Amino acid sequence: MEAFIDNLLEFFFILVGVLLAYVAFNVATDKAHPARLGTSLFWLIMGFIFAAGNFIPSNISGALLLVVGVLTITKQVKIGHVKEVKESEAQASSEKLGNLVFLPVITLAVVAVGVAQFTPLGGQAGIGIGAVASLLIAMLVAKASPKEALEDGDRMVRQVGVVGFLPQLLAALGVIFTEAGVGDVIANAISAVIPAGNPLIGVIAYSLGMVVFTMIMGNAFAAFTVITAGIGIPFVISQGGDPAVAGALAMTVGFCGTLMTPMAANFNALPVALLEMKDDNGVIKEQIPMALIMIVFHIVLMYFWAF
Amino acid sequence: MDFLRLIGILIIVVGFIFKFDTIAVVLIAALVTALVSGIPFFEFLSLMGEAFVNNRLVTLFLLTLPMIGIAERAGLRQQAVNLLEKINGITAGRLFSIYMVFRELAGTFSIRMQGQTQFVRPLIEPMSQAAATTKYGEISEADAEKIKARSAATENFGNFFAQNTFIAASGVLLITGTLESLGYTISAVDIVLATVPVALFALVVVVISNILFDRKMNRKYGRVNQQQKEGK
Repeated sequence: MEAFIDNLLEFFFILVGVLLAYVAFNVATDKAHPARLGTSLFWLIMGFIFAAGNFIPSNISGALLLVVGVLTITKQVKIGHVKEVKESEAQASSEKLGNLVFLPVITLAVVAVGVAQFTPLGGQAGIGIGAVASLLIAMLVAKASPKEALEDGDRMVRQVGVVGFLPQLLAALGVIFTEAGVGDVIANAISAVIPAGNPLIGVIAYSLGMVVFTMIMGNAFAAFTVITAGIGIPFVISQGGDPAVAGALAMTVGFCGTLMTPMAANFNALPVALLEMKDDNGVIKEQIPMALIMIVFHIVLMYFWAF
Repeated sequence: MDFLRLIGILIIVVGFIFKFDTIAVVLIAALVTALVSGIPFFEFLSLMGEAFVNNRLVTLFLLTLPMIGIAERAGLRQQAVNLLEKINGITAGRLFSIYMVFRELAGTFSIRMQGQTQFVRPLIEPMSQAAATTKYGEISEADAEKIKARSAATENFGNFFAQNTFIAASGVLLITGTLESLGYTISAVDIVLATVPVALFALVVVVISNILFDRKMNRKYGRVNQQQKEGK
């Protein structure tokens, strides 16, 4: 069974690789693209790592990642012109389909959760199976051909773009941090201030650590890898705290930090501009009371639920 | 010199503050951290490559994109707006509460949206301003600004506190991926289940706050409005 699940997941990763290679091909043949070579190479490398990562030596994948870094820092990777959905076409289609248009996304959620809960395949395979099943339903509902499916995939992948890989890269950074002992250094520094072995203090330190680091970095994902290794594991999970509950709540308490920081420009500065607000920090000020209530809620919930 | 190992965090903070290219900043942080901690360059390449390949799961959501692309072209967002517009007889506070429910459900069903640009600016903010002026007549500039801020804040609340109720959300996959590299195997379903109370509690707080907001607006403008009516 283990081997079957691994093979199944590998198959899904190869599918992702094929999709990314298709994007690379489209960019390469797009004469109007402002950075054709670099962008195409970026998608090709990512597709290759996804499809072949398990069959090649790790140091090759590592070296390819550094090539990707050189491409992005020298601004050789650009979105280019992405064909937008025509508002009129979507409007006409929604009038025809009505609520049926929700069927594919509901299928994805139901199949992914169903496979995870009721089969031995697990949640990871569930997402892959859900993705494929819901794609078939979507093609059926919208009467889309495989070519249109690929084109829509290409458009979406390009829109998500380079930052779509950020969570995966941050997870890898977490591994390097662990290997280098970064978590130990933070844990040692924290334990000089607070005693280990007290779950309540551990929960408070983990939650506030997430909030403060997210406010500094403007990104809860980046804070999560560092703070979980440095505070979450030694002060909460090693003390007997449930890793799933502690991890899930640490992420959302981090979002409370996002609500209170000007560093998260997408969420807090963008609407100020869009709505032509007088006060640059108007959205943040509106969000602070809610963020504080939610922080207290997270601390209480993590303390009573994880232990 | 143990603290030298924290240089990666410093690189990320500085890189994010000055908005350098994020992918490159993360890679540089990883490389520098490895080098100052005595991990040789070639071993770093192996470690980084292996860690990235082992965490491909975090980006598995790419496989759902063709489906979401088709659904978007088939009018996913337009139909969502239709449902929202059918609700009438509305106050600003009630509209925010309904949008909160809608936004949380959208997160659960992975309806991908840039809410601030796609919903708040074109729809929620103008509708809530209209609801207030229809009910109370003229409102003060401070209150109009308050309504703008609440529109934007509601979008962020709904987005943040419910996004991890979708099993393939990148946040969920990052949590399982990170914990797995730290030696704890957990299921994405457990992450979703642990997030559900957060989404529900956030909804309750937002709804109560909106009821209080409507009451405050009623107290402030209700009387003025009545006097105007009596005066006529």
